[in-house]
Amino acid sequence: MFGAGLLKGLAETARNFVGSYHDPARLPTVEYPERRLASPENARVFPFLVYDGADPERGLRCVACKICEKECPPQCIYIVLERDERGKPQKHPRVFDLDVSVCMSCQICVEVCPFDAIRMDTAFEWSTPDRFGGLLLHKTDLAKPNRYYHQIHPTEAAETDARLAAEQAKAEAKAQAQAKPKAPPSQPAATPASATP
Amino acid sequence: MAQTLDQLLVLAQQRLVALWPAPWQPWVAAFLGAAAIVATFGGLFALTTWLERKGLARIQNRLGPNRVGPYGLLQPIADGLKMLTKEDIVPRAADQWIHFLAPILKVVPVLLAYSVIPFGRHLVALDLEAGLLFFFAVGSATEIAVFMAGWGSRNKYSLLGAMRAIAQLISYEVPLVLSAVSVVLLAGTLSLPAIVDSQAGHGWAGLANWHVFTPWGLAGFVLFMIAATAKTSRSPFDLPEGESEIIAGHMVEYSGFKYALFYLGEYLSLFAISGVGITLFLGGWRAPVAWLDWVPSYLWFGIKLLGCIAVFIWLRGTMPRLRADQLMNFAWKFMLPMSLVTLVAAAVWHATATWTFAGAGLWRWVLGAALLLLPYRALSRGLTQRGRFGPRRYRFAD
Amino acid sequence: MDPAAIIAALLALGGAVAAVSLRNLIHCALCLVLTFFSVAALFLGLGAEFVSFAQVMVYVGAIAILIVFASLMTRDPGTDPARAHEPRAIRPWPLGLGIAGAVTGVLLACVGSSRLLPDVATPATAPSVRELGQELMTRYVVALEVVGLLLTAAMIGAVVLAVREPRRPDQEVGR
Repeated sequence: MFGAGLLKGLAETARNFVGSYHDPARLPTVEYPERRLASPENARVFPFLVYDGADPERGLRCVACKICEKECPPQCIYIVLERDERGKPQKHPRVFDLDVSVCMSCQICVEVCPFDAIRMDTAFEWSTPDRFGGLLLHKTDLAKPNRYYHQIHPTEAAETDARLAAEQAKAEAKAQAQAKPKAPPSQPAATPASATP
Repeated sequence: MAQTLDQLLVLAQQRLVALWPAPWQPWVAAFLGAAAIVATFGGLFALTTWLERKGLARIQNRLGPNRVGPYGLLQPIADGLKMLTKEDIVPRAADQWIHFLAPILKVVPVLLAYSVIPFGRHLVALDLEAGLLFFFAVGSATEIAVFMAGWGSRNKYSLLGAMRAIAQLISYEVPLVLSAVSVVLLAGTLSLPAIVDSQAGHGWAGLANWHVFTPWGLAGFVLFMIAATAKTSRSPFDLPEGESEIIAGHMVEYSGFKYALFYLGEYLSLFAISGVGITLFLGGWRAPVAWLDWVPSYLWFGIKLLGCIAVFIWLRGTMPRLRADQLMNFAWKFMLPMSLVTLVAAAVWHATATWTFAGAGLWRWVLGAALLLLPYRALSRGLTQRGRFGPRRYRFAD
Repeated sequence: MDPAAIIAALLALGGAVAAVSLRNLIHCALCLVLTFFSVAALFLGLGAEFVSFAQVMVYVGAIAILIVFASLMTRDPGTDPARAHEPRAIRPWPLGLGIAGAVTGVLLACVGSSRLLPDVATPATAPSVRELGQELMTRYVVALEVVGLLLTAAMIGAVVLAVREPRRPDQEVGR
């Protein structure tokens, strides 16, 4: 009968309309600012810097090698190397700025970092009334503890920690092997010991 | 008490008018009527935009606006402020005067149309003898407004949209008027309050003598409402704005308050045409059963109007947009013949009113239903079997 | 005289003059719409409700739209403001004046020879819609039916002229 399909469609929408009031399965909306879903583990937004231990300044894994600065396609990273009073490089960034209004979340910086110092964050609420200063993140904004990294990406962080521990153990073993025929070890391994939370 | 409540608005108007010196009184009365109509239906417009967004959201399993005020009730105010503060852009090549006049000409006739609708007992601004004709006459003025908007913008999409819109409006005006004519045939008058009076009294099982409770009346009401949907260019007949095809049709070059006026005009014409549909077929301001007569008449009108609006929202949430050729086929090959058949059925109903033998009422029903159902079957078969609603072949693109 | 009637008359005249004198065809059509509305207002002032509303419905709702559609569909230099001042093949003024004179003459002759004229001068009350309908369906039923037949014939003619759809897809190939 002509018109039966229309009635069928009307019945379907009426079911939706009534159902959305009493059937929670029909209303998948999560009212965001009050209630929020946990970010999926593989979510990524903008990079952050991982630090070990308690001090965000001294614990930074970053050694200011500037590989990420050079590789960054939109060139949103700006690094200045720390030098002591005699001009000797300190393997530590004095300035590490990241412009999130430019960043395109490509994760290339993470992939090229040889020190596992930069990782992708899941924080996405960057709205600010100041679109120039407010979106330019400095070293203090970027530095987040390894504990936080474990919170947002547990699998990836555990892998990283395991690898770092293995590398350190290898380096120590090598150092010991070298130290035996010669003098006692003069300096410890370059990378600080990773602290598992 | 119930009667005072029923006539509350009429009495209030009389009181207010009596405060003025005698020579001013007709003007004050007219102004009060106009102000009441503009305020009521302007408010209803705001409420309906909210209701529509909420209703559509629920149909699509969403929540709808719920941020501005409790349950998002202040959303229309926020929308209005946004519209008012937007920049009013007039294209450089546009025909300035026509571009400026079009939105005004869209709204003013619709407001005029309200003057003949009886909103309650004795609650009508103008009891014209040819009220129904007045309604359709001012309704036809909106076509000029649509054309002016489309042509004055000097934009291809506007012009195409305006041509589509006018073609649709004049095509669906024919079944709209024809389905109303069957009521005029039975009521024997063009005055809308008199048409309401013709539906007075109660018939079988205490049900009111509304025209919609007759076979021809039901068919006429459905046809009228379909034509009204097309006439107010609401989904599924929203081809004139068709945002995915011709971006917004004749409104594409309008912004800010002028666009809001078009929007307002569309909704106001929706209410007006629903009001006329209620008056013609749903007994106007009359209660459906006798024991509910104590509810004030304007409340009955309001309830019926809100019901009509709910159906329009429901339809909008359900139907996809028609194609232009489907639109025209539906108008001329289904709506027009069906409204003519309805007219014949109404005439037969009128002629058989003198039947007095036993079971006459039942036989009238059977005859009327048969008169409508057989052509419906035949017409729908013709529409569907000959591939009228099938995929379209493009003559020059194949 | 009623000021409203004077305003309506002035608007009707102004619209008519503008409709024949403006260069832009669409502006002419819209001025014609203004004239139609003003004439409807004049009818309303004279107490002829039905005629007034029928005037709006038929002339504004149908005739004006027809004019507008025709001017949209045709490629006339008149709709193009850039080419509005080009010389035309026919001289419009004598032709227009001739047609206007002929129409006025016919109308005046009709009104002058009408038998209804003395009756119209003394109407007791304005005829109601019901009376109008009764008259149309009894006394003038032949005229009404003839007009209806004429319009139907015109419509069928228009459809025959307009339909150029190929009947079957295989006939289309050679085109």
